[in-house]
Amino acid sequence: MKNTKKESIKKINLTIDGIQVSVDEGTTILDAARHLNIHIPTLCYHEDLCVAGNCRVCIVEQEKVKSLPASCATPASEGMVIHTNSMKVRLARKHIVELLLSEHNADCTKCYKNGICEIQSLASQMLTGDHMFLDLVPDHKYTIDMFNTAIIKDDSRCIRCQRCVRTCEELQGVSALGVAYRGNHMKISTFYEHPLFEVVCTNCGQCVNRCPTGALIEKNYIDQVWDAIYDTTKHVVVQTAPAVRIALGEALGMPPGKIVTGKMVAALKRLGFSAVLDTDFTADLTIIEEGNELLTRLKKALLEKDPNVSLPMFTSCSPGWIKFIEHTFPEFLGNLSTCKSPQQMFGALVKTYYCEKSKLDAKNVVSVSIMPCTAKKFEANRPEMRSSGYKDVDYVLTTRELGIMIKQAGLDFEALPEEHFDSLMGASTGAAVIFGTTGGVMEAALRTVYEVVTGREIPFEGLNITAVRGTEGEVREASLTIEKTKPEWKFLEGVELKCVVANGLAHAKKVMQDVKDGKANYHFIEIMACPGGCLGGGGQPIPTNKDIRTKRKQAIYEEDLGMSIRKSHDNPEVQLIYKEFLGHPLGHKSHELLHTHYTPRKRY
Amino acid sequence: MSDTKLKRVDLIFGEYSNVKYKVLADTIKLPNDKILEDLLESGLRGRGGAGFPTAMKWKYTAQAPGDEKYVVCNADEGEPGTFKDREILTRVPRKVFSGMAICGKVIGAKKGFIYLRGEYKFLLPELLRELEGYHENAKSIGLDFSIEIRLGSGAYICGEESALFESMEGNRGEPRNKPPYPTTFGYLGKPTVINNVETFVNIMMIMRLGPIQFKMLGTTDSRGSKVFSVSGDTPIAGIYELELGMPLDRFVDEFGDGDTKAVQVGGASGFCVPRKKFKDTVIGFEGVPTGGSMMLFNSSRSMYNVLHNYLEFFEEESCGQCTPCRVGCQQLRKGIEAVKKGDKKSQYLEQLMKLSESMKLTAKCGLGQSVANSFSSIVYNFKEEMIY
Ligand SMILES: Cc1cc2nc3c(=O)[nH]c(=O)nc-3n(C[C@H](O)[C@H](O)[C@H](O)COP(=O)(O)O)c2cc1C
Ligand code: SF4
Ligand code: SF4
Ligand code: SF4
Ligand code: SF4
Ligand code: FES
Repeated sequence: MKNTKKESIKKINLTIDGIQVSVDEGTTILDAARHLNIHIPTLCYHEDLCVAGNCRVCIVEQEKVKSLPASCATPASEGMVIHTNSMKVRLARKHIVELLLSEHNADCTKCYKNGICEIQSLASQMLTGDHMFLDLVPDHKYTIDMFNTAIIKDDSRCIRCQRCVRTCEELQGVSALGVAYRGNHMKISTFYEHPLFEVVCTNCGQCVNRCPTGALIEKNYIDQVWDAIYDTTKHVVVQTAPAVRIALGEALGMPPGKIVTGKMVAALKRLGFSAVLDTDFTADLTIIEEGNELLTRLKKALLEKDPNVSLPMFTSCSPGWIKFIEHTFPEFLGNLSTCKSPQQMFGALVKTYYCEKSKLDAKNVVSVSIMPCTAKKFEANRPEMRSSGYKDVDYVLTTRELGIMIKQAGLDFEALPEEHFDSLMGASTGAAVIFGTTGGVMEAALRTVYEVVTGREIPFEGLNITAVRGTEGEVREASLTIEKTKPEWKFLEGVELKCVVANGLAHAKKVMQDVKDGKANYHFIEIMACPGGCLGGGGQPIPTNKDIRTKRKQAIYEEDLGMSIRKSHDNPEVQLIYKEFLGHPLGHKSHELLHTHYTPRKRY
Repeated sequence: MSDTKLKRVDLIFGEYSNVKYKVLADTIKLPNDKILEDLLESGLRGRGGAGFPTAMKWKYTAQAPGDEKYVVCNADEGEPGTFKDREILTRVPRKVFSGMAICGKVIGAKKGFIYLRGEYKFLLPELLRELEGYHENAKSIGLDFSIEIRLGSGAYICGEESALFESMEGNRGEPRNKPPYPTTFGYLGKPTVINNVETFVNIMMIMRLGPIQFKMLGTTDSRGSKVFSVSGDTPIAGIYELELGMPLDRFVDEFGDGDTKAVQVGGASGFCVPRKKFKDTVIGFEGVPTGGSMMLFNSSRSMYNVLHNYLEFFEEESCGQCTPCRVGCQQLRKGIEAVKKGDKKSQYLEQLMKLSESMKLTAKCGLGQSVANSFSSIVYNFKEEMIY
């Protein structure tokens, strides 16, 4: 079936730099050139986004056409003869890059993106050293928004490619960023030019991942973490999220899709952290708490017929999603699981349980987390996140920041041995590992919930619930009929548990709209703010594209399969903490340390 | 010397026939092929500036797949020195409506829009009154084509067709990538004919007079007559309907104040013709085209100031999305300032000429592409005025 469809696509023949090529109708000149391994420079183009065609660096010469078309925005047509590097193209392209630089505050040595910046690398390729044109920077009153705890926006480094605007609108459905003013005053702005922390921005960092320059960056806490490490009075505990270990390699020159868990642990130890622990531990704990929360809600709804119970229940481990729903669908806050994200559960336990067991005074403990996420920086600074009596997580670093620290320390990452997490809160399961991808929380929860209710393992080969393994850009629905329950869960007998998994806030918005309109009848909804889930998080190595994210995803499932324990409730340290400290799921201590509440926010 | 007089024409503003909407009623009885044939024969080219053959535009749109199609009348008239569309809409609005209705019939559209420049809001009450009459008439002759007026926001760039559609759709007025062209992807992504106000009136002339008589006006490349907005150093500024294809020296003889040193043909985005070239310059698509603006400058004017004004205009009116236009305009303006002040050597003007050429080749839309027209024609012809 598929093949016949393919055959019906018309082929277009064209010539690029003297080489003939045949491509599907609709293919752009840029993509046709890529087939031939001819590299045309681009800036505003990004594979994840719709074509803008505004930077114009990708121009090419087309024979018999006077102007120079933008190759990213121009479809190939029959008989076209294209030159990608003619004299005309070279001069015009040089002019364009020079123009961009003339508006640009190019003090690269003070810039966070120095060395990984697209306009910088283009400038160096084109030898723009002679500054053809006048400096326009003094004519512009550029501003820097650094009031936010997660993201900094520096207009003086912005080349106005609008990748961020398209990201925020197309992928995230948030539209916190937009274009303001015309002509020379045109800029990327927010609602009435308010700082980012005052608008609907979710801190998801997707715009940061796609900004080609230093105009949108994470707020980094690298120096603060080094200071804590060097402070001999401090015990610095670090936790690492599941999606970091499958992407960190990219930040250190390795190809995408490499699992570097052991090397990452070794590197963290060498950086001088006192204990290297695993967020996976609290991911498993989340499953226990959230799974029980779901069962409690189902019991209230189905058995006790309580009309006030909030179903469907939404997952709550993605802080970008939390801020999104607080702004956009505040009437549904009661449907969110009250579980904190694994990062925050971890932070609260570090300053309580961990200190108690390790005989440390919490005031001397610094808790650091390494996250694939920028929204977690914001989350750690929320006033609710101090249930231990201290700030539960002191500093959140992205995967990228950890990459920088490893380089700063001069470690040869690839040559490091594989080491193990420290114990106490370092044990993990396959269920926790898959938290890093869309559908992972759902799958992990179902592995546990099914077993709690029926006393049997979930009836899928290898425990792989492929039906909920979401794909990027897709809302995935699945249902699971519960059979032969244990006596205490009798009311669930024959119940068809309806679930849906969405990633990327634009998709979340659609699901929410359906729920709001009463069109959907789900029990449990997993939402991850970022495309593909945390593996595509806003703190992950740059660049990002579908190919890279697919490789990261494969690595995650590979890691899951390689784990000896695959179910959260089998995590021995999780069992231990309930025995020694928490008592039972949803108990008093859990409630105090592991659960939270939410805040309705304005819609703009 | 009566042959030095320019041929004044009085077709566009000519009186209506006694029977309301007579030409429209007659025309819609014709088969579409016949209408297109006549249009093609007439050689009519769009009056909005770019001069695209109108028959082809309609034909492509008629052939484009899809049931939902639109007709849009571009009445954004933002080009400095142009005010002829305002005059047309004030004096002969029915001709515009009729031209749109014929287009609707030919391409299979049921809905038309007039995108009216924000500053022309004062025309709205009268236009709406006239539209009532049009709709009654359309009903009586069994024509299913309604017309709505949309007010622009006062941005020059919204006169560019694809930015105009974006603006009509409620988005920021930024030009789109082309292709696809409006003939297949216009308003709401549907096949759309967009024509200038005057183009629609020309349709009516052709339908009334027939293509042969229409063709007798003008030259091979520039058929028909055209409404000109004459301004600047002239004792008789105003609106004139003249035959296309006239030599510029004759125009200056008639409209100049005896001391004309240059004529800016086609507004800020057009070309500046210096006195020594008046004789060899034809006003029309084979020579220097114009959307209607003719601005005369006498020797008291500083061409540096003229250019500086134009550049400031473009710098502010550019939508700002594409690099060559947004930054190029700033560089050109600042560049001529630097040369004037002596901060840059006069050779820097060569650099700027090359830059303006790059803007022409690479800008995303007509605005950025046409900055080079006035820039290079003024800098080239009045270099001393730029330097000293
Ligand atoms: C910056 C810019 C402004 C324009 N403004 C107008 C305008 O005000 N009126 C107009 O008819 N065409 C304007 N145009 C031309 C239109 O894009 C389009 O070509 C025209 O409406 C087509 O009509 P025609 O074929 O009847 O000439 C403008 C083009 C550009 C690039
Ligand atoms: S954004 Fe890029 S070019 Fe600009 S200062 Fe930073 S590194 Fe340099
Ligand atoms: S902030 Fe970054 S992504 Fe957004 S327009 Fe500027 S350079 Fe492009
Ligand atoms: S962080 Fe996310 S929500 Fe905020 S502006 Fe960027 S893409 Fe939009
Ligand atoms: S040429 Fe100018 S007006 Fe046209 S798209 Fe580019 S910036 Fe906007
Ligand atoms: S990459 Fe093609 S225009 Fe920007």
